[in-house]
Formats: sequence, C-alpha cells, structure tokens
Amino acid sequence: MQIFSKLFSRRRRYDDISASIQEHIQERTEELMEEGSSRKQAEQAARREFGNVALMQERSREVWQWAALESTLADLKLTLRRLSKSPGFAVTVLLTIALGIGANTTVFSVINSVLLKPLPYPESGQLAALSLKAPGAGGLADITNGLNLSPSMYLTFSERNKTFQSLGVWTSGTANVTGVGRPEEVHTALVSGGVLETLGTLPIAGRWFSQADQDPRGAKTVMLSYGYWQRRFGGDRSAIGRNIQLDAQTGEIVGVMPRGFKVVDREFDMLVPLAFDTKNQKLAPFGYEGIGRLKPGVTLSQADADVARLIPVWMDSWSNGPGTNPHFYDRWRITPAFRPLKQRVLGNVSGVLWTVMATVGLVMLIACTNVANLLLVRAESRQQELAIRAALGAGRGRIARELLTESVSLGLMGGVIAVGVAYAGLRLLTSIGPADLPRLSEVSLDIPALGFVLLLSILSGLLFGSIPVLKYARAKASTAIGSANRTASAGRVRQRSRNVLVVAQVAMALVLLVSALLMIRTFAALRNVEPGFADAAHVQTMRIWIPDLLIADPQTVTRVQNSIVDKLAAIPGVTSVGFAGAVPMDNNDPNWDELGVEGKAYEGGDPPLRLFNYVSPGYFNTAGTRFVAGRDFTWDDIYGLRQMVIVSENFARENWGSPQAAVGKRVRQFSSMPWQQVIGVVEDVRQHGVDQDAPPTIYWTAMLNDPYTQEPSIDAPRAVTFVIHSTRAGNEGFLGEVQQAVWSVNANLPSSSPQTMQEIYGRSLARTSFTLVMLAIAGSMALVLGIIGIYGVISYAVSQRTREIGIRLALGAQKRELKWMFVRSALLLTTAGVVIGLGTAAALMQLMKSLLFGISPLDPFTYIAVPLILAIAAALASYLPARRAAAIDPVEALRGE
Amino acid sequence: MRYYPIMAKNPERRDLFPGALEIMILQSLRLRPMHGYALVKHIKQVSDNLLQVEEGSLYPALQRMLREGLLESETGLSAKGRPTRIYSLTDAGVRHLEREVVSFEKMFSGITRVLAVARA
Repeated sequence: MQIFSKLFSRRRRYDDISASIQEHIQERTEELMEEGSSRKQAEQAARREFGNVALMQERSREVWQWAALESTLADLKLTLRRLSKSPGFAVTVLLTIALGIGANTTVFSVINSVLLKPLPYPESGQLAALSLKAPGAGGLADITNGLNLSPSMYLTFSERNKTFQSLGVWTSGTANVTGVGRPEEVHTALVSGGVLETLGTLPIAGRWFSQADQDPRGAKTVMLSYGYWQRRFGGDRSAIGRNIQLDAQTGEIVGVMPRGFKVVDREFDMLVPLAFDTKNQKLAPFGYEGIGRLKPGVTLSQADADVARLIPVWMDSWSNGPGTNPHFYDRWRITPAFRPLKQRVLGNVSGVLWTVMATVGLVMLIACTNVANLLLVRAESRQQELAIRAALGAGRGRIARELLTESVSLGLMGGVIAVGVAYAGLRLLTSIGPADLPRLSEVSLDIPALGFVLLLSILSGLLFGSIPVLKYARAKASTAIGSANRTASAGRVRQRSRNVLVVAQVAMALVLLVSALLMIRTFAALRNVEPGFADAAHVQTMRIWIPDLLIADPQTVTRVQNSIVDKLAAIPGVTSVGFAGAVPMDNNDPNWDELGVEGKAYEGGDPPLRLFNYVSPGYFNTAGTRFVAGRDFTWDDIYGLRQMVIVSENFARENWGSPQAAVGKRVRQFSSMPWQQVIGVVEDVRQHGVDQDAPPTIYWTAMLNDPYTQEPSIDAPRAVTFVIHSTRAGNEGFLGEVQQAVWSVNANLPSSSPQTMQEIYGRSLARTSFTLVMLAIAGSMALVLGIIGIYGVISYAVSQRTREIGIRLALGAQKRELKWMFVRSALLLTTAGVVIGLGTAAALMQLMKSLLFGISPLDPFTYIAVPLILAIAAALASYLPARRAAAIDPVEALRGE
Repeated sequence: MRYYPIMAKNPERRDLFPGALEIMILQSLRLRPMHGYALVKHIKQVSDNLLQVEEGSLYPALQRMLREGLLESETGLSAKGRPTRIYSLTDAGVRHLEREVVSFEKMFSGITRVLAVARA
C-alpha cells in the first residue's frame, strides 16, 4: 500500500512542479507585456530566460527519485520494448554475445582453476619442488623436472638443511592387493617421512604415518585414498586398524586422506611408507621426487644456496660401495634448482591455456565488432529520432546513456545465456581436454567464473555500445536532420566507421586462422614423424609386475614371463607377442647408464649415459619397430645369458657410421664387465613423445648378468609391458581372454593399464590435438563471423544506395560493372584487413613458437593460404548483395522509398 | 547592469557559495509564503538587483527543501489569480534557517578579518 501512496503523492508532486513552472513563465510573460512587448515576443523572451523547461522539470522531479536508478529503468523498459519489436536482431545479437562470453568463461574457468588458484594444500605458497640440475647426467635428468633425488640425498638434506620446515621424497608405483576376492592392482604413492608433513593436509580418519611406520624393520602400514576407502570399505570407519595384503605382505590401515587429495599430481589408491634403511644407502639411485615446505620468509634461492652447500656433504657421507669414487658425481655438476611446487604440477601447460584464452578472447572481439556493426545500423535508422531529441534538449550524456543502456543490457542478457553455454562448454572441455592437463578435475563454474561473466558482459556491452555512441551522441542536429533527405546516398562518413570495423574484423580473423592453420600443420608434421613403431591400433599393451615375495628367483621370473608370452600367443587372432621394460611414450624409462664403445676414448674418461631397455625376443616385431641391420634375440640367447645387445640406429650411426657397420662391434657398461656384441640395429624410437628426439638406446636381453652387484648374479626386470599384436586389440572380450591367459600361468598376477599403442600414441599428441581443436573452432568461428560482417556491410551499403544504383542503371551502367563495384569494395576492405592482420600475426605467432613442431611461426604456406581463403570468403560474401544490387529495377528504385 | 547569479549554470559568472540560495529562499519565505516567481522577484528587488536567482536552480532547490521538510507547499493563487503552489516555512525550516544564519555570520566575519589583514 505504501508504495502506491508514495507513487500517488509523487504524481501530485510532479503536477505541482509543472504548475509552478507554468505560472512562473506566464507571470513573466505578462510582466514583459506590461513593459510593452507583444504577447508573442514576451512569451518567447520569458521562455528563453527560463531556459530548458523539460530539463528543469526533470531536475526538480529527480529530487524525489533514486534518480540514476529510475531513469536507467526507464531506459531499460524502452530498450526491451524496442528489442521485442525486432526479434531477429535481438536473437542474433544475444546468441553472438552468449557464444562469445560462454566460450571465454569456459576457458577462463579452466585457467582460473588450473593456473590461478593455489594448490589445494594449506599455505601452499611455501611448497617447493626439489628438482636438481645436473647438466653432466645426460638423459637421467629430464628436461622438465631435472634430476630426481636419491634416498641418501633425502637423508642428508632433511637432516642438515636450515631452510625447510620439512622435506621428503616420494614416487609412484603399483601394488597387488590379494587375499580378498580377485587380486587387484592398486595405484600407490610411496612416501618418505616428511612428505605428509610438507603437504600439510590432515587425514579425515585415523592418522598420518609416524616415524615408526618409516622403519624398514617395523610393522607395515598403509593409508587409503578417500576413493579407495569408499569403493572397498564403503566409507566404513572401522577400516582403520584392519589388515590388508599388499604385495603378499600384511599391512595395517592407519588412516584415510580426504577426497581430492593428491601427492603433488599423483592420484593414488593407497599411500605406502618408503621405509628407507637409513644405515644402508648408496649415493644412487636417483629415482625419487623431492618436495619441501620452506620455513616462513625463506626464499627459494636461499633454499638453493642451503642445499648447494649439502651436496659435497652428501658425497662425503655415502658411497656406491668399496672401490668406487664418491666424488664421481662432481662430473654431473649437480646444483639445486628448486621451483614452486605449483610450477612443477602445472608443467608447461600454461602456454597452451593462455593461447586458447587469447584465441577465444579474439573471437569475442570479433563478435563484438559484429554486434557493434549491427548496433551502428540500428543507431543509423534512429539517427533522425536522436537528432530531434538532441534538438529538444537531450544532453549528449543522456543519449549516450540510453544507447549504452541498450548495449549493456544486451551484454547482460547475453551473459545470462552465456552461463548455460559455459556450463555446457566445461562439460565438453573436461571430456575432450587432454588427460595430462593437470588439475582438470578441479575445474568448475565457480564464483570467480560467474564474476567473469558479469564483468565480460558489461565490458563487451560498453565496448560494442561505445562505437555508436561516439558516432551519434554528438551528432549535429542540423546535419543529421538534413541528411535524412531521402535523395542522398549514404555519406562517406557514415560508411566509414563500419568499414573500419570490417577491416579490424578481417585482421583478427586472419590472426586466428593463421594460428589455427599453424596448429593443423604442426599436427600434420607430428603425424608424419616416424614414431618407431607401427600398426599401433592393433598392438595391445599391458603391464605385469612380479614382486620378489611372489617369485624370488630372477630366472624363474623370466620363465614365467616366457610362459605368459606363449599363452598369449595361443589366443586366437594373436599374431605375435613380446615384452619390454618399457614401451615408447609411456613416461617410463627402465634405466639410464653409461655405455662404452670398444676402441673409443671418451672425454673425461667416462662414456655418456644412454637409455637402456630390456626386451624379449619378438618384442620389436610385435611393436612394429623395424630392424635396420642384424637380427633379433632368441630365447636361447636369453637363457644362455649370451653377451649381446641390440642398439638403435642413431647410436649405430654415431659410433660406427652406419647400421650395417655396427653389427658385430662390441660395447660394455663398466670396465669391469665383459664386452657385449651388437647383433642387431633397430630404427629410432621416439621414446619420450612424438615431438621429442629419439634418444640413442641400448636394448639388453630380458635376463642378464646383474652389472650392479659385486658377486656375479642374474637379474631380470620384474615390471614389464607386454605387447600383443592382434586385430582384436582393445576389444573387451579379448582383454578378458588375455587376463585368463595370464592367470593360467599364475593366479596371483593381475595385469594393469591395458591400452593399445594407439591410445598411448594419441595421448602423446593429446595436448597438440586439444590446442588444434580449440584453435580450429575459434578460427572457424572467426571466419564465419568475418563473412557475416562483410556480408552485412556490403548488403547494407547496397540497400542504402538503391537510389544511386537506380540512377546508374538508368544512365546505362553495366550490371557486371555494378556487381564488381561492390565486390571490389569488399575486397579492398579485406586487403586492408589482411595487411594489418599479417603484421599482427607474424608478431603474435612468435609467442606460439613453443606449441609448434616442425614448422616455422612464419610458415610461408600458411601466410599465403589464409589471405587467399579470406579473399575468397570476402568475394563470396559480397557477391550475393552485389547481385541483388545489379538486379535492381531502375524504375522501382527511383520511384521507391 | 551587473548582478551576481545565485547558483549559476554559466561557469563564466561567479557563483555564490553553496547554501546561499537555500538561506535566501528560507529568509524570504519567513517574511511571507510565496510562489516561485514571486521568490525570484523578491530576491531581485530586495538585493537591489544585485542578485538574480537562476530558475534552473530554484525549482530543484525548492523540491529539495520540500523533501527535507524545511518547506511545505499548498495550492494557492498567484498575484494574477491563477492557481499555483505557495511555499511556506515549517518549524524545522525556521530552525534550520537560524542555524545557517549563525554559521554564515561566523563565516562572513572570518572573511572580513582576513580581508582586513590583507589590506593592512
């Protein structure tokens, strides 16, 4: 009720104000008349003296209003009414905006969750990845994460450092859970003391590992992930304290970590203590990733300096056994290069994400120019109305506000739809996103993302709204009203701003298309790389690990593996079977060590480190790795422990000039070891991904004399990947038969990570193909929007110049010439856009360099093809309206309007 | 003739300080209730044509003071017998005026002293 009475009294107020003002002017008029003016003169003078009556009334009324809000509401009402009268325009604009904002929000959500948000650990800014630089260690120190730590390093560093609150090392692995139903393989994270303390996330049930749990002679314990706890124990709290069989050992469950907890980037089922024997450690092996929590206020460089001091201490404190030189590692030039843990988790993904963000941002700009173009046309049709309003006293600001209200409310309405688009986009993105995109599971449409929608809606509304405002809010009344004369063609000035928009649009579309085409060319270049294996879709891989506790004797391990090969080969449809320590591109290097070639002297006395792999007979044949020279191993070679190796082609060329020359030559690991004869040379394998050079590789037999023990003993790799060539690879039923075949050899052996080589290969291309898909989508959107822009401008020009065309036709202009006139103007705009775009693209593509492979950021093909595509598109887009222009009947045109 | 507009829109003319228009309206209406045009004329006459109220400021100012309860308005007749709004002071308006006058006087004496020192 109150609001009605208020509105009612307000109505009365408004009447009062106008009554007062009326009386004021009348009285003044009469006064002037008394002074001797005529009524007309007096009235004019009185009004002139008083000034803008409407404005004054508005000012007086505003005293009673929430001025800004109410006039905005009025504008809004007007906007909605106008939009509902042109639904075609409204739908086009809203969809364009919604798609643009939606796409941007999707990518922003990903960037926000992946790159910007801190890692989900308490005080995560203090966390550091303890990576070491070791330029002398060859392939042991990988490019991205450097050299890993050895247990002895961990022991020295954690005991003696002065800069960390806590530090620890961890690695990932798998373990067999047996004794309850079917044997199951679980993913584990093996952690030393200090890892949980460093990450700082508390368990939701039970407790962390204690000092006692890290004692190798103490009782075995494990902790569960939230997911495994739910899956296996239904989230039952009584799971704490229960025993499970892990790799044939009994372990007590002491705690459960909360949902979503990861050890750095490792999603695990079970946490297992590393339980290092602190007395018996050597300097090597360097297999553990280190993390640490800095003391408050300590910087990474202080920590670097602190640990750099400990590296000689480490070498003095441990050895690799009697007779070895502990300062051998001086040659590796090990220095700490600690990084924020977040950087370690994110890897090099930020380049891809920012590229995609920039791309969709550009699409948004193109969309905005299109909308601005539409709004310009609309504003133009309202030009007369606006001019009259200006003449009646509407201020520049008032008109600007109205135009902006329209554009911003369009932006906001688009934003509302965009939330839906972004939601769908995120669902799509998380399903097609590369599996190795870190933190993808943390991505969601959260408050910052919604804030981003709001911000982008308003900004884009202001952006595309400001162009008509700049043009029309200051329109001079006389010219605007005058030029509405229907006989005139559109003035140059009126067409100019639309032309500028089209040029900008073409330039931006060119940049996007260039980036998309460069990615397509990169992808093609990657596809053309010989990966070192063949027929990947028909090669099934699976990993089997035989723990010490199950089978102790290494020779038996090899015999079991041999039996598995035989059983697998007997499955119908299987053409060949083999196994290796690691298959290509599976992020798994079996070993790196030095290897000397007979008769060759090495700088510094020791040969460089090489990648070692351990293979069974038939492995190369199954994986499709070609022999360039020589022959494969046989089972007799293996069981006979014959001193022979197979080497990669690049190793052969490096040392003996040609693959053929390599066969029969000899190499050895250490000077204390016997020489090994090279019996075969295989093609190079891109072990670390399609875009990484193939490392020179030495392939050893799957059973061999252990080079790392004092007394002669036999060793065999216990964790190997089986490869099975079959047309049924990847088939569900086939996998069942494979599993049965493995169990028929030993019922306690689960197989893990079944995948085809094609899947592994696809994953190594995942990031490129993801970028490719995103850029291709953006590029095609840009192309379509650009075509619409050109089409819109030309067809508007045609409609505005109907009369002129009529006159031209009447005067005898050729239709062909007329068509060409319009197509030419479109091509001119396109050329201008292309020139600007080429310069911009050439500069911007330098930033994309790291994403490209095998082509230059200035790839000539791309820079010729894209302008051609755009020119053709522009010609087509302008030809349609041009044809319409030529079809104009001069009589109609001159009589019309 | 040179005059000082009160709350001028035109930046070339010199404005009186803020509140001047209000205080003059209040003071005028304290003498007798008036309608808008009468107020303009009254101020012009009383100030010997030195002050001229801009209409653009007058009506919004009147509405503002109505809203603040310093004035009230009623339907009345103008000098010519046509219906218009007559504005008169409320008690609150009287109190406000008195407070303002005191503070104005303080300000004037302050300004006067400064000017006197500057001249000496």
